Amino acid sequence: MKPILEVRNIEKKFRIHHVAGGYLSLREKITNGLKFNYNTSEEFLALNDVSFDVAHGESLGIIGRNGAGKSTLLKILSKITPPTKGKIISRGRVASLLEVGTGFHPELTGRENIFFNGSLLGMKRKEIENKFEEIVDFSGTEKFLDTPLKHYSSGMQLRLAFSVAAFLEPEILIIDEVLAVGDAEFQKKCLGKMEDVSKSGRTILFVSHNLAAVENLCSNAILLDQGKIVAHGQVDEVVRKYQASHTLQGTSSWERKIKGNEPAYFQKIDVSLLGDQPSLKLRVTTRILSQAEHKKAFLALDISNSMGITIFQAIPELTPFIHYSLNERDIITEILLPPLIPDVYKVSAWMGSHNTETICWNKEVVTFEINESPTQGRNFPHSHHNGFMVPQSSIVNG
Amino acid sequence: MAEKVEYVIEPSGRRLLNWAEIWRFKELFYFFTWRDIKVKYKQTVLGFLWAILQPLLMMTIFTLFFGRALKIPSQNIPYPVFVYSGLLIWNIFSSGLINASNSMINNAPIIKKIYFPRIVIPVSAVIGALFDFLMAFILFFVLIFFYGQSVSLNAIWCWPAAVLIAFIATLGPGSWLAALNVKYRDFRYIVPFLVQALLFLTPVIYPVTMLQYPILQYVMALSPIYAAIELFRMPLSAAPLEPTLLLISLSSGVIFLFVGLIYFRKTEDFFADLA
Repeated sequence: MKPILEVRNIEKKFRIHHVAGGYLSLREKITNGLKFNYNTSEEFLALNDVSFDVAHGESLGIIGRNGAGKSTLLKILSKITPPTKGKIISRGRVASLLEVGTGFHPELTGRENIFFNGSLLGMKRKEIENKFEEIVDFSGTEKFLDTPLKHYSSGMQLRLAFSVAAFLEPEILIIDEVLAVGDAEFQKKCLGKMEDVSKSGRTILFVSHNLAAVENLCSNAILLDQGKIVAHGQVDEVVRKYQASHTLQGTSSWERKIKGNEPAYFQKIDVSLLGDQPSLKLRVTTRILSQAEHKKAFLALDISNSMGITIFQAIPELTPFIHYSLNERDIITEILLPPLIPDVYKVSAWMGSHNTETICWNKEVVTFEINESPTQGRNFPHSHHNGFMVPQSSIVNG
Repeated sequence: MAEKVEYVIEPSGRRLLNWAEIWRFKELFYFFTWRDIKVKYKQTVLGFLWAILQPLLMMTIFTLFFGRALKIPSQNIPYPVFVYSGLLIWNIFSSGLINASNSMINNAPIIKKIYFPRIVIPVSAVIGALFDFLMAFILFFVLIFFYGQSVSLNAIWCWPAAVLIAFIATLGPGSWLAALNVKYRDFRYIVPFLVQALLFLTPVIYPVTMLQYPILQYVMALSPIYAAIELFRMPLSAAPLEPTLLLISLSSGVIFLFVGLIYFRKTEDFFADLA
């Protein structure tokens, strides 16, 4: 049987225009025509000679760091943007979920949004009508079906969006990072649903930072780095390779190179470890720059492991304390770490005036590495299959 | 799932319109139009009545100023009926053009995330304007009765033909402007002005025969919407149609359609990168 997807020598070149404002205006076009043509554009290869095959019923994970070209590849496979070179032969109907809830309109009711979103994703009206009950059931929003979406909580919107997508029945399903959001229980439900899909013989292409989810769902994987495939094979091998290469890139200090346009942003983030296991402390120094009026904000620090799973979030101060007038300052936070197993951990820094109002968010910018076991005297290596922490335990009856 | 789909994704250069694919996505025309209409009249007290009130109010204003005060002739049709019949078709063009020119930008989040033939978007935007037309058309009958206007049997083919011509006349420039607007946001400001200016260059509020110099009539006929308005009014008036003027306007409509579609097709692939 011929492969369901044949990807051959795909290249995608972007031209980066160094213009202010982000999009062209006619005036710029006209005035640029009159000026000497000094070079203000730069070429950038997002994908470079990418080739691979996907067999019928295969589930392929695509992993790589931010900017490795994963999203561009998915966009080309979903026909949203054309490649600059190369070709792809597809032998099945493709549905892509690059985002959940695409086309959701706040003024429309839940029912209306199900129909519009479903048809955008390629479902026929009949199909949506047939599956309507199931979709609503899965989402658990039946009470609000005739309420405009703008009155839904963000969690409800997400559940509804995902439920529509879960009932797609394409031959090839392309999924991008959609599981990164939502509550844990619903994520589990979605992963379960996707496993069903892959077991029913459909082909899946899955991009995620959550390596555990990739391992669960996919049999094979490719690893992209700077637009090239650097590994292709069994999922655990590729994941291991990625983790190994990733560790080297860890840095305990990060500085923002481009001036932000947020009212306040992180200019610099440093991390260091203090003490020994099992009472390690993590010291995070964040330099915050306020440049425009903003509401008082507070800080949250997320720690995730090398699988991309967030282990915990530290909120050092619950009341908003970052004022606009302070302009620039260092905030030093000390976190008493739980008994984490040896791994490379990443720190994300968030700042906002309310849990739902983000001012600035820098994801996984700095890393720290724990080498020691939290259990003294243990020699056997730890594995995430047995959990991410080892709490102190003792026998109390003798 | 019986249908076998095999396709190739390549750098570029397919034909003007991929009919098979458009057919596969035919339901999307309905859904986009349906969504736009729903959203447009959500949270309005009068709802769909606005589709009737807008041309009615415009008719009243034009009748007071141009019909009564300036006494503009109207081919022996009562001036309110004359201007309303013109506005009916004109509104397909004006709101269709404005809707279509903003349609790609308004749907940018969708374009960036999901593939479907992009032409669905401007076409649906123009179909949305046809819905308003149908609403306003109901009132047209009331006006005809009220003023005792006689309507010849020609209406059976003239009116549908006029609407079809209006649709084509709007889709051409509409899809062109939709594509241009993605690239150069200047068109956001140009289009409303263009539409306003065109209203006075189209025989909506005055008959084409009012123009003294024949050359001006030819210039006016360059507008693709001219033919639709004249054809729509034909069953109402005894005045004969000018075949040359009609032909000019029809050709202009067809040329605009091709230019619009070709430009749209040429830039379509890169909408997701630009929008």
